[in-house]
Amino acid sequence: MVSKGEVVNRSAHDNGKVNGFQNGKKGLTTACRNGNLHTTEDGSGAYFESFEETPLHIAIWTYLSYGLLVVFGHIRDFLRDIGIEKIKSCTEPKMPGFVPLYQSWESFYTRNLYRRVRDCWNRPICSVVGAETEVLERKSNDYGWNFELTDRRLKVMNFGSYNYLGFAEKEGPCVDAVEENIKLCGLSSCGSRQELGYQEIHKELDDLVAEFLGVEAAITVPMGFATNSMNMPCLVGKGSLILSDELNHASLVLGSRLSGAMIKTFKHNDMQDLEAKLRDAVVVGQPRTHRPWKKILIVVEGVYSMEGSIINLPDVIRLKKKYKAYLYLDEAHSMGAIGPNGRGVVEYFGLIPKDVDIMMGTFTKSFCSSGGYIGGNKRLINYLRVQSHAAMYSPSMPPPVVQQIISTMSIIMGLDGTNEGKKRIQQLKWNLRYLRRRLHEMGFIIYGNKDSPIVPLLVYIPSKTVALSRECLARGMGIVVVGFPATPISESRARFCLSAAHTKEMLDKALNILDEVGDLLRLKYSKMTPPKFSEDEIQLVKVRKTPYPSCLPHTYSVPSHVSLVF
Amino acid sequence: MAIIPATWDMYEMFQAIFQAPTYHLIFEALLILWIIKLIFSKSYAPGKTVLTEKEKEALIEDWHPEPLAPDVPDDHPVLQAMNNNIISGKAEKYVTVRGKRCINMATLNFLGMVGDESIEAVTIKCLRKYGVGSCGPRGFYGTMDVHLELEDRLAKFMHCEEAILYSYGFATIASAIPAYSKRGDVIFCDEGVCFAIQKGLVASRSLIKYFKHNNMEDLERLLLEQQAEDQRNPKKAKATRRFLVVEGLYNKHGDICPLPKLIELKWKYKLRIFVEESFSFGVLGASGRGITEHFGINVDEIDLIAASLENSIGSCGGFCCGKKYVIDHQRLSGLGYCFSASLPPMLATAAIEALNIMERDPGICQTLRNNCRMVHDGLSKLSYFHVGSDPLAPIQHLYLTEPSADRDLDTCTLQKIADEAIKNGVALTLSRYLEAEEHHLPLPSIRVAVNAKLSNEEITKVVATIAEASRTVLCTSSL
Repeated sequence: MVSKGEVVNRSAHDNGKVNGFQNGKKGLTTACRNGNLHTTEDGSGAYFESFEETPLHIAIWTYLSYGLLVVFGHIRDFLRDIGIEKIKSCTEPKMPGFVPLYQSWESFYTRNLYRRVRDCWNRPICSVVGAETEVLERKSNDYGWNFELTDRRLKVMNFGSYNYLGFAEKEGPCVDAVEENIKLCGLSSCGSRQELGYQEIHKELDDLVAEFLGVEAAITVPMGFATNSMNMPCLVGKGSLILSDELNHASLVLGSRLSGAMIKTFKHNDMQDLEAKLRDAVVVGQPRTHRPWKKILIVVEGVYSMEGSIINLPDVIRLKKKYKAYLYLDEAHSMGAIGPNGRGVVEYFGLIPKDVDIMMGTFTKSFCSSGGYIGGNKRLINYLRVQSHAAMYSPSMPPPVVQQIISTMSIIMGLDGTNEGKKRIQQLKWNLRYLRRRLHEMGFIIYGNKDSPIVPLLVYIPSKTVALSRECLARGMGIVVVGFPATPISESRARFCLSAAHTKEMLDKALNILDEVGDLLRLKYSKMTPPKFSEDEIQLVKVRKTPYPSCLPHTYSVPSHVSLVF
Repeated sequence: MAIIPATWDMYEMFQAIFQAPTYHLIFEALLILWIIKLIFSKSYAPGKTVLTEKEKEALIEDWHPEPLAPDVPDDHPVLQAMNNNIISGKAEKYVTVRGKRCINMATLNFLGMVGDESIEAVTIKCLRKYGVGSCGPRGFYGTMDVHLELEDRLAKFMHCEEAILYSYGFATIASAIPAYSKRGDVIFCDEGVCFAIQKGLVASRSLIKYFKHNNMEDLERLLLEQQAEDQRNPKKAKATRRFLVVEGLYNKHGDICPLPKLIELKWKYKLRIFVEESFSFGVLGASGRGITEHFGINVDEIDLIAASLENSIGSCGGFCCGKKYVIDHQRLSGLGYCFSASLPPMLATAAIEALNIMERDPGICQTLRNNCRMVHDGLSKLSYFHVGSDPLAPIQHLYLTEPSADRDLDTCTLQKIADEAIKNGVALTLSRYLEAEEHHLPLPSIRVAVNAKLSNEEITKVVATIAEASRTVLCTSSL
């Protein structure tokens, strides 16, 4: 028998792919990790990521549960086929001669698995999605086929919205500025940038975003998803290679596919695999003809929303430079949320924005608005302005949406003359460290980086995942749970999105709820020694007593030279 | 016993070996050795060159990628047109371009919803309740009650079972097509369709067959070809879904699709028909329900209608509507629906209010069509242009009557005319295309957008200004 201490040590070593750089699922060894990230295994270093291995018995139970669900699904499908069970869903009528719109097996999962647990998603909201929100209660009389609203409204703590900096507000200077703007600029431009839909406020936004990112120029698009899917095809095409992280968002996958370039994926955040594929691509060239590739584009995200991991950007940039590839960085979840001044993953690692060729991000999350941007050098942006599908074929952003971004971005940058932005950034950092540390200590399996604003809690077993969501809602905590197909089949999880608007009291309340439900459902699977990072090193900032200026400096107003006389 | 004869056989065999001539034995032994060699020798694999690390480094050193983006000079005509024509203030019936107040004939605000004060008031009220963004996709606390209300209202307005709301007009049809049509399916498509549809077609990875714009004979030819193909391979035909994708009113041409004929072909050849109504929704039909109402066709005959809320409605986003069994599928399969943040609630409210206005006053669509006809008649009389659009269309394409062979030159001429018109108080824009990427590139044109709120005097002034501007530009350039 080994002594207890040894067991702990070994299990920490075996289970804990602690830094995300150790062997195991992430496939990285210490050797390829280059020195510029100060990593330690106990989490006290600058870069700490945890991906604890799934306990074997839990993995077995998970597959068994899915197996059981599938067996029952087939039995019920059979009962429906022979007419014993009534079909409650709206099914396709048989039209003679027409090929059915859906194959039966395509909807098996939806019909038999998703339908049972549908109440955990699409919960309707009837208030602002701030730190607390009001959920409309739904009830289903037929086990999830149909829902109807009851008159009750549940007031819950919101751990599901991407409201990182807490700008989901219904009052305050940002909302005032937006209201003012609606009166001045209207709700829409009804024209694309190239077709007289380019308003002064759009130019102002482009310039401000460029300044914020520290790049030469930027272009903005009204939808974050479309920023990827409509601009990537302009950048690469046939004869080019896209090297894409396997966990990239659907919009990046679609954009890559639309571009017509060859797509290869590399293992999530695995720099060894990326280097091997890059090297291979440059040496071997295109398949069959062996012509050299025209361009190679590495596509990564700053923070991965399902894993809570942060991209190893220093290494990506080193590899990109070594192999002369281009880098497309999607900062949807990192912009505003990480970095000393909220400027994303580039600032987090202390790198230069110039080293990233295409800086992409969205305004939906930290800025609580809508749309996305691409920043880069002037040449790139000029090209996108004349060639981007979005600039040509769809209306530019609605002005009030633009105003919200300008106002929030000004606050983050401190242009409003207060330290409100700094306060929010620090509060978010403190909150996420605190919640993450406490959850680790309670014995949950938590994935991701210690500085990521998303905290995934691994539940594995599908029925427990759903039970966790329902139990939390009943106790006044709104969380997001995700399972297959958004995650690998055995890794269903709950996901907490932190916000600067959460107070310590709320976090404590949430932790108590999770503690209680975690015991109830036996979710505390972790065998790892809790990491040693702490929230104490985060300096909280007090708001200076300077009142807000009545008008933000970037609030749009009609310049004096514009004549209003017709 | 049975073994004895067998032993005898063996014995005879050995006997035979001993009696065989020596050359025979040597020959057989060689054969056996040959077989053994074949079994153990490496298979022949030519051309597998293994590079040394040094060679690899040299290759990496030698490789130089193309630049990420080609150089676009600051004085590129498209950039210049954009930077020179920045708008200040609201883009309503009148718009301020470069400090000059103009009648707005450029933006697609057909019903004058942009600038409507009642809509703005409702939007501000909503802003004060929900803030700006929804901070999440529909699945994860991004479904507001106003989204559900708007979907409900749109379904009722269109007389459909269900509607689904997207946060972006372009993404609507581009997500809807690949949700249904997959690899192996066939899509018949008009070659004049807008860019969003073209992208949806590419994303679906289906087999695309384009027919000539609004040419039913050409479509039927393709359908007959497909029918012959299906008869040759009935097993494959049973699993091949066939779709027909058209626009109600074509953005690129300003004409209307022959829907009754298309419906006839749908039933004859068993196609599912998708109609994109971004330019006909709120325009055609007595109450603005679009192309189905225009032709008096039951909306159930169409499998899916998609439209943007960015034109007539003057908000943002788009929607699809149709039967529940069709539309519900997109809630899990529409990429732009599942993976994108939902529409800011205040913009959903603005769309609801715009629907209210349309329902309260259906005459607004009639007014729009009257204006369209008047603009069309006025422009048709101009000498330098020919008008390609339908008299009912809210977008009127002005093509040069005598185009030169050089597309860039024509574009430049038209841009000059538009600039001249802006100087004289009428805001115009060219219809812009990504020339290298369009499947079928229309001729360059000035796209005149009509607004329901225009008065007769304003329309007369617009026509006169365009006439004057074209005369100024074309006469000076021909001198």
